[in-house]
Amino acid sequence: MSEKKPQEEAMRIGVFICDCGSNIAGHLDCSSVTEYASALPGVVYAKENLYTCSEAGIDEIQKGIKEHNLNRVVVASCSPRTHQPLFQSSCAAADLNPYLFEMVNIRDQCSWVHMQDRENATQKAKDLVRMGVSKAAFLEPQQDIEASLIPRALVIGGGAGGLSAAGSLADMGLDVVLVEKEAEAGGVLRQIDRLAPHGEKAADRIVEMLEAVKERPNVTLYLGSRVEDVGGYIGNFTITIRPEGGDTVQEEVGCVVVATGAVPLKPEGLYGYDGNRVITQLELEERLSSGALEARNVVMIQCVGARSSEREYCSRICCQTAVKNARFIRERDPEAHVHILYRDMQMYGTENEQMLWDARGEGVRFDVFSPDQPPSVGDKAVSFYRPLTGETIEIPYDLVVLSTPLIARDDALALSQLFRVPVDQNGFFLEAHAKLRPLDFATDGIFVCGSARYPANVQEAVSQGLGVASRIATILFKDKLITSAIVAEINPETCVGCMGCMEMCPYEAITYLPDRKICEVNTVLCKGCGCCAATCPSQSAMLKGYKPEQLLAQVRAI
Amino acid sequence: MLDVGRHPNIELMAYSEVETVEGECGDFKVTVRRKARYVEEDRCTGCGACKEKCPTVLPDAFNEGLGTRKAIYSWFAQGIPSTHTIDADHCRQLNGKKCGICQKVCQADAVNFDQKDRIVELKVGAIIAATGYTVFDPARIPEYQYREIPNVITAIEFERLLSASGPTAGHLHRPSDLLVEAEIQDLEKKARKSQKVIDKFEQKYDQISADFYEAYQKGDFGGDEARAKWAEKYVSHLSIVGPLETLKKEAEGFEVAKRLAFIQCVGSRDFRFYPFCSGYCCMHSIKEAIIANEHESETTSVIFGMDIRAVGKGFEEYKIRGGNQSGIHYIRGRVAEVTEGPNRNPVVTYEDTRERKVISRDFDLVILATACAPNKGAAQLADTLGIELNRFGFFETGKSQPLDTTRPGIFTCGCAHGPMDIPESVAQASGAAARAAQIVTASQMRKAS
Repeated sequence: MSEKKPQEEAMRIGVFICDCGSNIAGHLDCSSVTEYASALPGVVYAKENLYTCSEAGIDEIQKGIKEHNLNRVVVASCSPRTHQPLFQSSCAAADLNPYLFEMVNIRDQCSWVHMQDRENATQKAKDLVRMGVSKAAFLEPQQDIEASLIPRALVIGGGAGGLSAAGSLADMGLDVVLVEKEAEAGGVLRQIDRLAPHGEKAADRIVEMLEAVKERPNVTLYLGSRVEDVGGYIGNFTITIRPEGGDTVQEEVGCVVVATGAVPLKPEGLYGYDGNRVITQLELEERLSSGALEARNVVMIQCVGARSSEREYCSRICCQTAVKNARFIRERDPEAHVHILYRDMQMYGTENEQMLWDARGEGVRFDVFSPDQPPSVGDKAVSFYRPLTGETIEIPYDLVVLSTPLIARDDALALSQLFRVPVDQNGFFLEAHAKLRPLDFATDGIFVCGSARYPANVQEAVSQGLGVASRIATILFKDKLITSAIVAEINPETCVGCMGCMEMCPYEAITYLPDRKICEVNTVLCKGCGCCAATCPSQSAMLKGYKPEQLLAQVRAI
Repeated sequence: MLDVGRHPNIELMAYSEVETVEGECGDFKVTVRRKARYVEEDRCTGCGACKEKCPTVLPDAFNEGLGTRKAIYSWFAQGIPSTHTIDADHCRQLNGKKCGICQKVCQADAVNFDQKDRIVELKVGAIIAATGYTVFDPARIPEYQYREIPNVITAIEFERLLSASGPTAGHLHRPSDLLVEAEIQDLEKKARKSQKVIDKFEQKYDQISADFYEAYQKGDFGGDEARAKWAEKYVSHLSIVGPLETLKKEAEGFEVAKRLAFIQCVGSRDFRFYPFCSGYCCMHSIKEAIIANEHESETTSVIFGMDIRAVGKGFEEYKIRGGNQSGIHYIRGRVAEVTEGPNRNPVVTYEDTRERKVISRDFDLVILATACAPNKGAAQLADTLGIELNRFGFFETGKSQPLDTTRPGIFTCGCAHGPMDIPESVAQASGAAARAAQIVTASQMRKAS
């Protein structure tokens, strides 16, 4: 269907006033607003509807466009959040460019808030409609932005999260490129002995996951390799991969998963850590795994280097690791004493808490210490103040195990800069929204899972890996990427390249072109928030659909 | 919600239940009962004119019974689909009485009293059971006296009190005060009614009731039946007005709750009920305490917990901020009992395990952080779906595939398979979608080849 080119014609604006049953009409005079609208400049048709969003209301809009040859449509009803997409698609179905539609909110922002004052509510509705009509006259037709999509995904990191994401993506029929910097995949899981709560060997789990990925024909595995450079954006990334000691390889992908995990803190200088009689949980895992563990009297200390002024966060999984290992120590040697000194046992959920009950029942000892009076590790005994009884206790030990937090990897920051995605104050990758978009970055097409985001146990990393796979599938299963035409543009003639807009852009959608000394908007990444337009000192950045003349027309109509 | 509501690939069947599941992974046949709402979903525009006029007032379950709704209602204002439902148990028309007002006022012609349940058959490749959880009923813990003391409430009830769209518009009025205010309203209504009756007598005899009654008591009007009636009405009027005045005086002293106590692990980590940890309640209490402090900066809170489990991203920092900036004090210990003291204040008795003392302390309001219990219908749904429950009553999941139930092709996420917070539920929801997509694409690829 060919769309009309309204800018060549005289303004023919249609205004549709919605009663919303009694929601609007009950509190202001919709008939009077309609009559008023019909006399506004450029308006050739005004109609009141009982419910503009109902089938009958939509028919009215489409009939209006056809019969009155409308080239702009204004609907005065509820919030754009509820029905703007519906009204826009109705315009498109009647061969009117959907960006020649303007919505005026006379419900949430008028009738609902002025229920007690019918006369003024009616007047305000008229004002709002007049503003909308004024802006509508300056609207321009736009085309949705389309971009191609390469149906392949890059997964960085071959730990539990990365392998889970890669396996799932491959199973959905998408090609996967998996880059792991170590010579073998598996991540920290490789150094773990057995897993909670069932006690299976971690090595078996890795093999299972790795085999599942390796046997897929659509997975390309780069071991001992690093991502060296990144170009492009959602749908079309060019990734430069450098295998250790080899020449670089380029891969084209549509989406990227950051699954680079985290590492346990080495507690140098804390509680007499020496790697021999005072070790970390990870070192304990190695001894359990190799059978080299000989200790009978084991004291574990929680929150070593965590929940402190220097590192405020709780690392989530160290308590469950400690309890799991305490039980395995006593399983090997039922005579062994294991004493866990803690601040809060973070055994959230069903299986973890059960494990805590079980450990207590089996004879693992637990004692609370206060952070202002932490335990001290002596030559033969650990002493601590027990607030419960008000006395200082000494526990003889032949092994002290320190539970240290997972911390961000050294190279996380470099990777974050490469992909232009943020990290938080602790160096973990920062998701787009803590609650509603836990696996997305604000930048489209890049995702995060597992301990790269925040410490996660194997189950959680696997679930998050699957989650990321489905986030990617929602993009790459489509033939092409279609996004709204409401994006910013920067006038290259007037831009002075101050980069003020770049700093404001929450989506990394603006780049500086050093050769031309100007900034440029990537319309695929732009979300149309308008931050750049509001910032630009030379008015070179403008948001389509919200250009100065459009907004000023609205303002001047007040 | 809106996104789901208008997604072209999602068919939303609200107010519906799965009845049978046949077939196997990649090829399930599911029957769904679409329960009669007595409102045509595709016609109803959600305008709400019907519920304005409906004469039947009921406790609002969405607001935890703290407010009211009508027999025709929407579960909550922003619900999707944006439609209404008639509560068939309480609707006058559906129970044989004369009414039908909603049908008359509905301009969209959406009310249909003849609507019947419909059975719909679906063919699907995979199923995701995301049926959530039930809040534990704290009345089962006698020592907290949840039913007996009005100012002992649950975390969800507190959430509704804090909500700007809730029954108190976000003001922390104490439930005991709300009860008194409801009584005042009730008595005022009665007083107005009886005042009218008395006014008539006063007009008729041109005398003030008090004067008349004094004379009457002296026996001035012996045998006058009409005046005897007046006297009777006057006495009953006084029996309304007297208590009304007392209550009004009492209500003048009402203040919003400013000293809050949060009791953690109510029903959780408790062998009498649920041994597991509900995971999110510590953060929920901290959040509620912080928001209460934002509403009213003098608000202080004590959170009583065995461990404060702030285990998510940014949670420990949030907990510390609550302590430093929002007047929260954390006390390690399990509360032994709650009693009621003067001024209807709940009194919390606990052992402060750091101070090694048993202490009784009164608060304006006690909030119970109730357990995340397996959903009431979980066992039945598990039976319908042919999946197993774990030892805690949630859906059992796989060792290496944490979102797979025990039946291939059926997945789960969120609190249906164990307590968890929002970010984890959201991440898992995407994960379950991926597992389902793996099945569906595999069967499509099989068909294509």
